Amino acid sequence: MAQAAIELNGINKSFGAVRANRDINLEITRGTIHGIVGENGAGKSTLMSILYGFYQADSGEIRVGGKPASIKTPNDAIALGIGMVHQHFMLVDNFSVLENVILGAESDALLKKSIAKARSELNRLEREYGLDVDPDAIVEELPVGLQQRVEILKALYRGAEILILDEPTGVLTPAEADHLFRILRQLKEQGKTVVLITHKLREIMAITDTVSVMRQGTMVATRETKKTTVEELAELMVGRRVLLRVEKGEAAAGAVKLSVKNLTVRDTRGVTMVDDISFEVRAGEIVGIAGVAGNGQSELLEAISGIRRAVSGSVMLDGKPIDLTGAADPGELRDRGLAHVPEDRHHVGLVLAFEENENSILGYHDDPRYLKGPFLNIDAIRDDARDKIAKYDIRPGDCRLKTANFSGGNQQKIVLAREMEQDPGVLIVGQPTRGVDVGAIEFIHKRLIAMRDQGKAVLVVSVELDEIRSLSDRILVMFAGRIVGERGPETTEGELGLLMAGVEHQEAAL
Amino acid sequence: MSTPYAKLPAWADYGLIPLINLLVAFIVAGFVVVLVGENPFRAAIILVEGAFGKGTGIAFTLFYATTFIFTGLSVAVAAHCGLFNIGTEGQAYIAGLGIAIVCLSFDTVLPWWLTFPLAIAASALVGALWALIPAYLQAKRGSHIVITTIMFNFIAASIMVYLLVGPLKPAASQAPQTRNFLAGAELPKLNWIIELFGAKIRSAPLNVTFLLALVMAFLVWLLIWRTRLGYEMRTYGHSPKAARYAGISETRIIITAMMISGALAGMMALNPVMGDQHNVAIDFVSGAGFVGIAVALMGRLHPIGIVLAAILFGMLYQGGAELAFEMPAISRDMIVIIQGLVILFAGALEHMFRPYVQALFASFNPRSVGMEAVKEKGA
Repeated sequence: MAQAAIELNGINKSFGAVRANRDINLEITRGTIHGIVGENGAGKSTLMSILYGFYQADSGEIRVGGKPASIKTPNDAIALGIGMVHQHFMLVDNFSVLENVILGAESDALLKKSIAKARSELNRLEREYGLDVDPDAIVEELPVGLQQRVEILKALYRGAEILILDEPTGVLTPAEADHLFRILRQLKEQGKTVVLITHKLREIMAITDTVSVMRQGTMVATRETKKTTVEELAELMVGRRVLLRVEKGEAAAGAVKLSVKNLTVRDTRGVTMVDDISFEVRAGEIVGIAGVAGNGQSELLEAISGIRRAVSGSVMLDGKPIDLTGAADPGELRDRGLAHVPEDRHHVGLVLAFEENENSILGYHDDPRYLKGPFLNIDAIRDDARDKIAKYDIRPGDCRLKTANFSGGNQQKIVLAREMEQDPGVLIVGQPTRGVDVGAIEFIHKRLIAMRDQGKAVLVVSVELDEIRSLSDRILVMFAGRIVGERGPETTEGELGLLMAGVEHQEAAL
Repeated sequence: MSTPYAKLPAWADYGLIPLINLLVAFIVAGFVVVLVGENPFRAAIILVEGAFGKGTGIAFTLFYATTFIFTGLSVAVAAHCGLFNIGTEGQAYIAGLGIAIVCLSFDTVLPWWLTFPLAIAASALVGALWALIPAYLQAKRGSHIVITTIMFNFIAASIMVYLLVGPLKPAASQAPQTRNFLAGAELPKLNWIIELFGAKIRSAPLNVTFLLALVMAFLVWLLIWRTRLGYEMRTYGHSPKAARYAGISETRIIITAMMISGALAGMMALNPVMGDQHNVAIDFVSGAGFVGIAVALMGRLHPIGIVLAAILFGMLYQGGAELAFEMPAISRDMIVIIQGLVILFAGALEHMFRPYVQALFASFNPRSVGMEAVKEKGA
């Protein structure tokens, strides 16, 4: 058996009364790719933060390469050969790749020598691992996939033998993710150890050698990847059986409820984000919009829901036009039966500082049901909130609790309950399950399909291809502000991935 | 990353933490007193006795508190809508003009109880209109409300100086102020209430505006937490994006909130003008608008907190005056330093001790702090 790169023995970490990690034992074999999966809040990030020196464990022992290690700061971790690639990149956008790589590792007061050294070192890394990035490119001008490579280069430049990647594929196209996996395999062949934190089980199956599952702060299982299945891992993560793919019948598409014609939208900088888009959503069907984040999906949703003004085009709701040029008021659209679950529930869909019941009327606070003259009808609002809590199984079931204290999945349920219970004709949903745990995903998907079966027109935008494929009756793919293709739900992930990458860009990315 | 602390029980949040802040402010102020060679304990006793020891002191304390309740409420209403109204000073000052017009016109013909409502309306209206301009500029042009309201303080001050040395000044007078109002514009004193408790009062300016301030505090509570408008203001205050999503008009909510804020600031002028001086004089606001910011912060933007904080600042004003009188080494400026320290610790450094208190509570009784519910972003 190969030697252990990292051993964790009896790691405990509490934040106040929250025991984020309890008695964690973990052994990561040198030269392997080790996956760690778990729902949001299972303690994965905390554990890795302890390993990387952001936090210190309350008790327990860390051994690196067989020797006990004391890791108090990230610098200690780097000195021990541990590197980390964060989910949100820690790069200086307007620096070049080289400058970013040497940042904090400059050997001299004058940069000349460091840069020369880094340049030759980068060349070597590029040859060995296929990590090709132009060292003089400015980081903000690079696509996300390449920015992530810069992060990996940073870690390797600092002599990392053990590389921790936190949710590395969240921002990547399938092709970029494949490339990343190739790099990781190459790293493994060169004897490096890779720790991959993710909640995407398919990635775990595709690339890891060993996988550990965390649930509620404990390490519930470690399996050899070859000897486990997605279903088993999902069950271990949630603690019960979950349906990974929702069952649904045939769609019975009816009349056109929402029709978008030649819609063009610019963002605040004046860049055209939605470019002459046309499509329809009919009653009783779910139309999914796939695409890598940042290809105009957000602007499209905002324009349709009246949050953002469109430059040109027309949108018809139930055959009647929506005024796009004037201030199309989200409130008015709501009255006309268009409900919107926004992508960003933290800043748009919810006011986190509000009590749960206050959020359950956001946008519908003009409804006479919730008012007594100019006053809020507090009793009616709270009764209504309690109903929704029961119906959508929102936990904890306290409508007076501050919304910030709910988990991501429950926050999303608060928004969904509010929008769905208004019985809208058209429901548009951005990233229905972003940051939502596996158990809640199942619930949310079932609800969306139930809406469809009630004859509602549902438009779903998601960067998760799995989600799009399992929910949609028709899939539209957006790339660079345009719809580059329409496909059925049985389309393979590979084909959608090609469309999402804009096909001709595909060769470049590979 | 998970936050290591969570919320505190209400009594600690609204009682204990302000108390600790206040205590620290007084300890630091005590050192300042030691530095000038006086006994800090005696100074503290003089200060507190000066403010609450005698009937007259109490009446003065409450008179000052009245002023600060209005300005504190004004700042708080705007703050709930995410707007930092630094223009309370100017809005109150210019509202003096509205009061002057009403009082000078009607004090000969109407009794006080008819002049008073007219003056309330006039002060609120003028204050609201003065806040309307920066609000409009913010809503429509994106001019930052902090900058514009500061500038409007200067404009208000200049206009009032011009009026008080010119058009509003009686012809024969040397003083830059209006003529004194007659009985029809003099508000009844409330000193008898304090006398009911057996205290003696020589002469003190506490007047019915104090009751108006308490009514306003209640109305502000009602507005913020019980009306649709207040809901919309709070939504916008916490998240303009969420407000946009909810169909709340940015222009309308900014302008409405600022006008209410301006109206409350304007009503502050009633207290010194009709309750005490019985004329409109130069600089009658004398910084009360800025104290309002500290009062609002210290009162955690809640009307009850604001009333209590206003009384505290009233005490500092009144007790401070006594202290300056009793201890010659402590000048008027020293009092300002002490007030500044209270503002610093209770307002600006409000969160300095919070983490420690929270950690302490968490170690006593984790459940009481609602820790298990907090899983903002872990794993």
